[in-house]
Amino acid sequence: MQFGVFSVGDVTPDPTTGRTPTEAERIKAMVAIALKAEEIGLDVFATGEHHNPPFVPSSPTTMLGCIAARTEQLILSTATTLITTNDPVKIAEDYAMLQHLADGRVDLMMGRGNTGPVYPWFGKDIRDGIELAVENYHLLYRLWREDVVDWQGKHRTPLQAFTSTPRPLDGVPPFVWHGSIRSPEIAEQAAYYGDGFFANHIFWPKEHFQRLIGLYRRRYEHYGHGSADQAIVGLGGQIFMRKNSQDAIREFRPYFDHAPVYGGGPSLEEFMDQTPLTVGSPQQVIDKTLTFREHFGDYQRQLFLMDHAGLPLATVLDQMDMFGAEVLPVLRREFAARKPAHVPEAPTHASRKAAAENERAEQARAKEAVTGGVQ
Amino acid sequence: MTTRTLAVISAGLRKPSSTRLLADQLAAGAERAFRQRGIDPVLDVTELRDHAQDLANNLLTGFPSPGLRSTVDRVLNADGLIAVTPIFTGSYSGLFKTFFDVLEDGSLAGKPVLLGATGGTERHSLAIDHAMRPLFAYLRALVVPTGVYAASSDWGATEQGQQALAERVERASNELADLVLNTGETARRDGPDEPVPFEQLLTGRTGEV
Repeated sequence: MQFGVFSVGDVTPDPTTGRTPTEAERIKAMVAIALKAEEIGLDVFATGEHHNPPFVPSSPTTMLGCIAARTEQLILSTATTLITTNDPVKIAEDYAMLQHLADGRVDLMMGRGNTGPVYPWFGKDIRDGIELAVENYHLLYRLWREDVVDWQGKHRTPLQAFTSTPRPLDGVPPFVWHGSIRSPEIAEQAAYYGDGFFANHIFWPKEHFQRLIGLYRRRYEHYGHGSADQAIVGLGGQIFMRKNSQDAIREFRPYFDHAPVYGGGPSLEEFMDQTPLTVGSPQQVIDKTLTFREHFGDYQRQLFLMDHAGLPLATVLDQMDMFGAEVLPVLRREFAARKPAHVPEAPTHASRKAAAENERAEQARAKEAVTGGVQ
Repeated sequence: MTTRTLAVISAGLRKPSSTRLLADQLAAGAERAFRQRGIDPVLDVTELRDHAQDLANNLLTGFPSPGLRSTVDRVLNADGLIAVTPIFTGSYSGLFKTFFDVLEDGSLAGKPVLLGATGGTERHSLAIDHAMRPLFAYLRALVVPTGVYAASSDWGATEQGQQALAERVERASNELADLVLNTGETARRDGPDEPVPFEQLLTGRTGEV
């Protein structure tokens, strides 16, 4: 089981002081959060990708490259990479480059984005969203697996004898997650390729995601990648902790009430009741997070949103220290104790490299057996 | 005796409200019409004012509260719908529209619907045809030809006025019963639709030259 943090990268005024961080402060804060993630023993840091204010992370591999240089263990990921409006050729190149620089500590999560105008800003049409996700991802998939690609499609210029460089590290493409909060087509896509499916369920009730994840698991089995309970699932989470749960609620409430997504809507209590949001003691965070497994089955990756809605960096880092000391060891122990042996861990570069080598050895043995038989 | 379910939505704001009064008359009319056709209808009345905050929250968060969710499910699973709104500022009320704004796209397609509206004067009666019908056309619902508008004067004492409203209620109710019975039972909505197989989504998009 992998644990990590993901950041939207919003520049939001702190509602308790009215102070808005500068872009420079926010960008450096995201890096500081990633470094803290490594320090407390988290497995993953994932950055969003946005191309409009008030968000700063428009250039994910630049940021992840900087973090790669300053960490040793952390897996660098995205939440999400816009597969619809980015050129798949550039994604193939950028993330293969990052893979080399980070010694394989890279995976990424495909998404379609949630800002309509991004499509026209990048010369695309939002009505082609699913079509773009399908065509672009298939090209990306081929670019990472075929050394020379001839390609002709609808949404970018054709490629003749094109080789994407650098080639993926050790010939092993980065693992891909597909993120969706709504579209069964994307769950179907993840299942088809045997990729991971990430359900960022933090803003919605579980019933909706049980259907979507259930569909992904069923179809993962249908496409022959393993049994439904072996499909690779990731989930979101959103937490704020203090030793005393009443203190957590008092301190977090102004941030909740003014948060960009749900501010002005339901009360903090209603939202906690209906979504994965947990504001309370470390034990409450542990208890709620363990319910995710009951709702969605054994899963491989748990990412928490900890730095949004204008929370100051000092508070976020303090939260992460508390998480590392009081929550993470318990979650690791409890999830490990509950996971059946046949459920795989999230794929990493090392495990995928080993699997690829096994496969090659297997093929060589099979070939030898056949030639041996003829003789 | 076979049965059918009818959802009734009233967007009246006061308690009691004349919108709810009209909704009740339409519900009673529909009950009579179904019984005449040998059907025992189950009526399920919702006052949208009880969900006013949930509806605003749904606009902001994108999901319904458990209470609103249950109402939405019952409306979508009903065999027919009676939808009644007060006319505010020349059109259906914001509360009424919000309910239909939070439904999934296409979820009312093919649903038999009877439209009703109330207002202070008869001058707004065409709001049913000029505002409500286009909304339900967008939703691809099947709206019966007679819409029932009741102005304050309809609730007055003159026997002639009361008789005219009762006749409209009866005509609309009969139309709804006939439409529901010709449409057949609504398929219950449970579980996700079967996905479009990915091979189909990928057809022609693999980039093979």
